[in-house]
Amino acid sequence: MFKLEKRPFDSRTMAYCSPLIAFALTLLFGGILFASLGHNPFTALHTFFILPLSDAYGLTELGMKVAPLLLCAMGLSLCFKAKIWNIGAEGQFIMGGLGGGFMALQFLDAESSWVLIPILLFGALCGLAWAALAALLKTKFNANEILTTIMLNYIALNALLWAVHGPLKDPSGFNFPESAMFANAAILPLLHEDYRLTIAIFFGLFAMVAIWTLISRSWLGFQIQVLGEDKAAARYAGFKENALIWFALLVCGALAGLAGVSEVTGPIGQLIPYISPGYGYAAIIVVFLGRMHPLGILFASMLMGLTYMGGEMVQIEMSLPKSITGLFQGMLLFFLLASDLLIGYRIVKKAPANIEAPTTNRVSA
Amino acid sequence: MNRLALTGISKQYPGCMANDGVDLTVKQGEIHALLGENGAGKSTLMKIIYGVVKPDAGQFEWEGESISVSGPAHARRLGIGMVFQHFSLFETLTVAENIALSLPKDQSQDMTALSNRIREVSEHYGMALDPQRFVHTLSVGEQQRVEIVRCLLQDIKLLILDEPTSVLTPQEVKRLFATLNKLASEGCSILFISHKLDEVTELCHNATILRGGKVSGHCDPQAVSSHDIARMMVGDDTPLNQDFQKVEGGKVVLDIADLNYQSEDPFACTIKQLHLKVKGGEILGIAGVAGNGQDELMRLLSGEETTSADCIRLLDKNIGDLSPTARRQLGFAFVPEERLGRGAVPDMSLEQNTLLSSAHLGLLNKGWIRFDKVKALGEHILQKYKVKSAGLQAQAKSLSGGNLQKFILGREIEQNPKLLACSHPTWGVDIGAAVLIRHALIELRDQGAAIVVISEDIDELYQICDRLCAICQGEISPIKATQDVSIEQLGQWMTGQFKDVTEPAVTSEPAYV
Repeated sequence: MFKLEKRPFDSRTMAYCSPLIAFALTLLFGGILFASLGHNPFTALHTFFILPLSDAYGLTELGMKVAPLLLCAMGLSLCFKAKIWNIGAEGQFIMGGLGGGFMALQFLDAESSWVLIPILLFGALCGLAWAALAALLKTKFNANEILTTIMLNYIALNALLWAVHGPLKDPSGFNFPESAMFANAAILPLLHEDYRLTIAIFFGLFAMVAIWTLISRSWLGFQIQVLGEDKAAARYAGFKENALIWFALLVCGALAGLAGVSEVTGPIGQLIPYISPGYGYAAIIVVFLGRMHPLGILFASMLMGLTYMGGEMVQIEMSLPKSITGLFQGMLLFFLLASDLLIGYRIVKKAPANIEAPTTNRVSA
Repeated sequence: MNRLALTGISKQYPGCMANDGVDLTVKQGEIHALLGENGAGKSTLMKIIYGVVKPDAGQFEWEGESISVSGPAHARRLGIGMVFQHFSLFETLTVAENIALSLPKDQSQDMTALSNRIREVSEHYGMALDPQRFVHTLSVGEQQRVEIVRCLLQDIKLLILDEPTSVLTPQEVKRLFATLNKLASEGCSILFISHKLDEVTELCHNATILRGGKVSGHCDPQAVSSHDIARMMVGDDTPLNQDFQKVEGGKVVLDIADLNYQSEDPFACTIKQLHLKVKGGEILGIAGVAGNGQDELMRLLSGEETTSADCIRLLDKNIGDLSPTARRQLGFAFVPEERLGRGAVPDMSLEQNTLLSSAHLGLLNKGWIRFDKVKALGEHILQKYKVKSAGLQAQAKSLSGGNLQKFILGREIEQNPKLLACSHPTWGVDIGAAVLIRHALIELRDQGAAIVVISEDIDELYQICDRLCAICQGEISPIKATQDVSIEQLGQWMTGQFKDVTEPAVTSEPAYV
């Protein structure tokens, strides 16, 4: 029979193969799922993964999904490197959107695009402040950040709902829970007038390069990595643990907040009850799928963005529910975690218990 | 008759041959030593005998019958008992309750009868135990007795002891040896694992020496010199000669006065009224049984824990409240007890681990890492301290204990410290590396640095230290020149028998002979 055996060293090859295995398994089980729903699995998978990208419009739409995912994921990767399990990018995203939206509503008569600067800054600041709450709770009261950030996500969502149902509701909006449309000057510039893709994609790419440089070349990034790998060593070396926790969480909050404000001042153009289709959560999967490496995260955010578009596509083409998206994201994470076991372990054929075992596999001393 | 006869035992682990055709014979009533450096395969062989690990190949004969041990329970039924290096006792239970847990049901029902038996057996072998005491109130030596008595309550034929003396004071070692001799005289065989040669010479009738998973020799420890045994343990290419000149230090570098410290951890030791002076150009050794405040003292020295500024002074500068980084900049360096997971980050490369504590040596440029400088320093350490590794990109965890310790020590020494504090510098390190490490410490001393060595290895302390003291329950004994401290006195200090002494706890002008 087969059994799991610990590898003497973690397998690098497997670390890179594991996301591919996970993707393949997701395709396989996705196909089975479609087949069991009575659809041709190949057509369905084609509709889900290929059709959305068949034209320039699809590609720009993908870029539109990648931008917020990349911003959130780069921030999260910084936290995860330090083993700060920030699950709160969603809340930080929403607070960024809410704060930025609030600011944009103050400039309804603006003519100049300069207003975007305070709007974006304030959005990022709100995301940062939301993350600061988690940092405070963690460093001051030793509260587990997984729990606090998840709870803060719900508070943020409810704050947004309250705002669009109450103080920020458009007075001339027929009582719909929506804010007024932002002024044109308060909308992020488009890359091309025919498409919806905004310059937010550059924010994402810039964040990627900046965090990459920070992690790989700076003393600060090194300290964050050491803190994540080995707390005792960080203390021994004299790194300021709390300061590093604050830094990682604040950067993540600011980036997620920027993603949020870019979304409301981008494709949405106003405040509505649901400004995020779960970007903050999907970004967690993106980070792990991308092996915490910036380039990997870029590819993973494209794949994850594709699952959103695929979900919409199968809804349009095959009248399947859009929640297929969540199913595919879940499968990806599930299979990834399962395949990751093979990084530290390998499957070997179990030899029958044999006292006179062959001596061929001896390692010479 | 042979009690135990192993022939051709082999065990392969991924990437290493732990046992390679090992033969071992233990007679009835014999105290048999199993010697070898760390990683020689002693523990694996023990685990095979005790049924924890199954051998890949080989013959296992027990009292003349060829059998296969299916597990520890089977081994215990055969009459094999084992005392591990790390005890498996529940601290919140009493001695009797702990022992009852490991006995078959029919023997553990009646606790009064069991308590009486415990008392009887423990007194018979000269290691009195009160069955009603809670384990957390026992000293380490007493906890070991619980483990031994637990084995003796069964019908014991072979008792295996894994490095039993490493946690004991010299006096406790003597008592343990008396017990073991008595046991052996009653016909029980004992397998004694150690790397301390003098103990083996004193106690054992026979010795089997392992090196690299193979038997490298058998001998009668009484007949062969410990130098020859050491040779068999390490092979021919390692120098063994280590006689260091004792010196008298110069100016006081480190001055600890009135240091009191209560940790937030309820199980940590409280440091009380600690006074200590270390001079440049000397090595001060602090002996003690583990858990008597060594760890707390080390953290206070390194700055991982801080205290009021004037308690710790470095060259007339108050530093008690400074962070580890600030202390390093003033010329402190530290070699902590835990190599992996404090002294070095296990999953990071040696290059990154070079940077860990050396950033202040000009390895940064405005917050950016200067990789060329880090590399150069790393390469220098690997070469100078003969660190065997797959290069700077090798993960710290891939190095053997000895090589990693050489790396960490090298990294700290290359900072040119004014004060180096080392905790257990050669613990679990092979002899070759230990020799290199001791030479490096002496060399640093001769360059004028003050060195504090905290260790449980008394032989080592006598070998390299110029002055000695002991720490017990957070208090420090008088400090004397090494040649003026007899091993008996040090043993008494380790058990706290210095508190009634009339002379002050610290002699700033020690009486050198």
